[in-house]
Amino acid sequence: MHASNLATAPVTKVNYAPKVFDLSKITLREFNQALHDITDGATETNWEVLNPKGSHAVAVGAEHAISIDVQGSVGYYCGGMNQNSTITIHGSAGPGVGENMMSGAIFVKGDASQYAGATGRGGMLVIDGNASSRCGISMKGIDIVVGGNVGHMSAFMAQSGNLVVLGDAGDAFGDSIYEARLFLRGEAKSLGADCIEKEMRPEHIEILKDLLARAGITDVKPEEFKRYGSARTLYNFNIDNADAY
Amino acid sequence: MSYHNPPTTPRRSATFDEYHMSEIRRAAATGIYDIRGAGAKRKVPNFDDLLFLGASISRYPLEGYREKCETKVTLGTRFAKKPIELKIPITVAGMSFGSLSGPAKEALGRGATIAGTSTTTGDGGMTEEERGHSQTLVYQYLPSRYGMNPRDLRRADAIEVVVGQGAKPGGGGMLLGQKISDRVAEMRTLPKGIDQRSACRHPDWTGPDDLEIKILELREITNWEKPIYVKVAGARPYYDTALAVKAGADVVVLDGMQGGTAATQEVFIEHVGQPTLACIRPAVKALQDLGMHRKVQLIVSGGIRTGADVAKAMALGADVVSVGTAALIALGDNDPHWESEYQKLGTHAGAYDDWHEGKDPAGITTQDAELMKRVDPVAAGRRLANYLKVMTLEAQTIARACGHNHMHNLEPEDLCALTIEAAAMAGVPLAGTSWVPGQGTF
Repeated sequence: MHASNLATAPVTKVNYAPKVFDLSKITLREFNQALHDITDGATETNWEVLNPKGSHAVAVGAEHAISIDVQGSVGYYCGGMNQNSTITIHGSAGPGVGENMMSGAIFVKGDASQYAGATGRGGMLVIDGNASSRCGISMKGIDIVVGGNVGHMSAFMAQSGNLVVLGDAGDAFGDSIYEARLFLRGEAKSLGADCIEKEMRPEHIEILKDLLARAGITDVKPEEFKRYGSARTLYNFNIDNADAY
Repeated sequence: MSYHNPPTTPRRSATFDEYHMSEIRRAAATGIYDIRGAGAKRKVPNFDDLLFLGASISRYPLEGYREKCETKVTLGTRFAKKPIELKIPITVAGMSFGSLSGPAKEALGRGATIAGTSTTTGDGGMTEEERGHSQTLVYQYLPSRYGMNPRDLRRADAIEVVVGQGAKPGGGGMLLGQKISDRVAEMRTLPKGIDQRSACRHPDWTGPDDLEIKILELREITNWEKPIYVKVAGARPYYDTALAVKAGADVVVLDGMQGGTAATQEVFIEHVGQPTLACIRPAVKALQDLGMHRKVQLIVSGGIRTGADVAKAMALGADVVSVGTAALIALGDNDPHWESEYQKLGTHAGAYDDWHEGKDPAGITTQDAELMKRVDPVAAGRRLANYLKVMTLEAQTIARACGHNHMHNLEPEDLCALTIEAAAMAGVPLAGTSWVPGQGTF
């Protein structure tokens, strides 16, 4: 059984002074261009971003295994399409944090707005606080761990990967889900179409144990969670299921 | 001879015509709405309802074999560091690998490249065949994000954010399980054989303010190199065009209701959206009102068939037109060569539209390994290139006859309309009059 995606191990920080980018002094374009100009074998792998002040599209399209500490809150799409890098947001994140990320890791120390990890294909997104609606929408292989609650329609049309929620879920959890796995410690206000509770077998406990460990969560046990997934009744259109759509 | 009780001639209902009666019987028997491919089949006002005036004493024509009529166009001049150059003002519209076979996608790339124009991916990601054989490739950014990844984003020549499609404004897509081969399933990260739904809205933005930020993100990821298109269905063309411009689009793609689809409900195709003819002037008006006409380029699609259609769309203000269904026909779709096989499927060459079923005798709208062998990508690509070149020559012929040395110099004043409806939609006078009906706000 496919446990979880690869390349989610956070980049190990090297203990020297970080390369600092102050967004009150340089433009977003200059910062992202510097990020894209990194070449293989770059030695300065500790980056720090100051004064993000809610900027959109911070650290998007990263390709290399560096660590980026963003000191403050960010706007939309921070870490979008991330590959290999580890981004830590020391604040909250606006909509679409880590959207379509391919690999690497993103840590949000505060809360996240809508669509966190939308369509993500790989890597790990860890949100210490709450995530708003549609967390993990259309996820395609990413692992998402949320320390608090998630809003309505989370994991909508989730195709692949794992969503772990330590708190509660809003309405229509896992609506129209495909093959993603959902682990919920609290309660869902309601389950979406075709989403059902499934047996938590030993292999799922192992998967969850690994996910929690990689997310740095040590104070909860995998056995405290319930597993949800697809009933697979809507996989091929049937007119008698029309009321479910 | 008796005249007692003479019989009347049996009369069919104009309302309950043959097609609609068959549809009622089909619905009653199956309990499922009809799904099909292609675009609107009903007759709507179209480019055939317009005529060019040509030159005479008040304007002089250009000599067809001596004087040049330029066809080059540059797209993405507003913000992109690397705008794209097309030799002809006709592109190939987005059609997915999944709905089309690999050889068909390769043929589209080959044909477009020979003709000096671009082709476009679709709702299934970018294939190596397509990238490898397309000199200029536009990468669609769709709600499903099937196959979306930064590598393909960066190796595209332009990015098209798809908001809507003329065949189904406000609708998503559905690729039925029978077309989900191993390769298609892998590209879409879903199990083989299940229906693959494509959402009608993007998963991580709603509305024009969000779209502006989404475009910013795409530009940042690609270092502001790529032209960003925004594709909208012909629903509310004035406002949709204005909002796309406001959101930062380099290019607006406007797809009227005759635009095709791989599969959606018949009722959607025929009853939602506006005819292409009715969409162009409002979109151009929006660009003009914003001072952006020719700065943000307008690509028009939906039912383009001939060089006359190309010239008429451009005279109404389009910078470029795009062909989808016509390109497939050029490759061999609905070709009479396969008539006996179409009949086995209960249809005829020219009427086959069950593209979602994956049984296309022409090997184009299928993932069947045997059927797709019928498409020779080299020969089919050549046919497409020929067709694109013929349309260009036809359009140039008309432009010269109207006295223009560049296709973009065609203008509404070159046209008249044959019907009041077309005159109102196109904003040109009814033939023989100076009357332009329907003037007012959009």
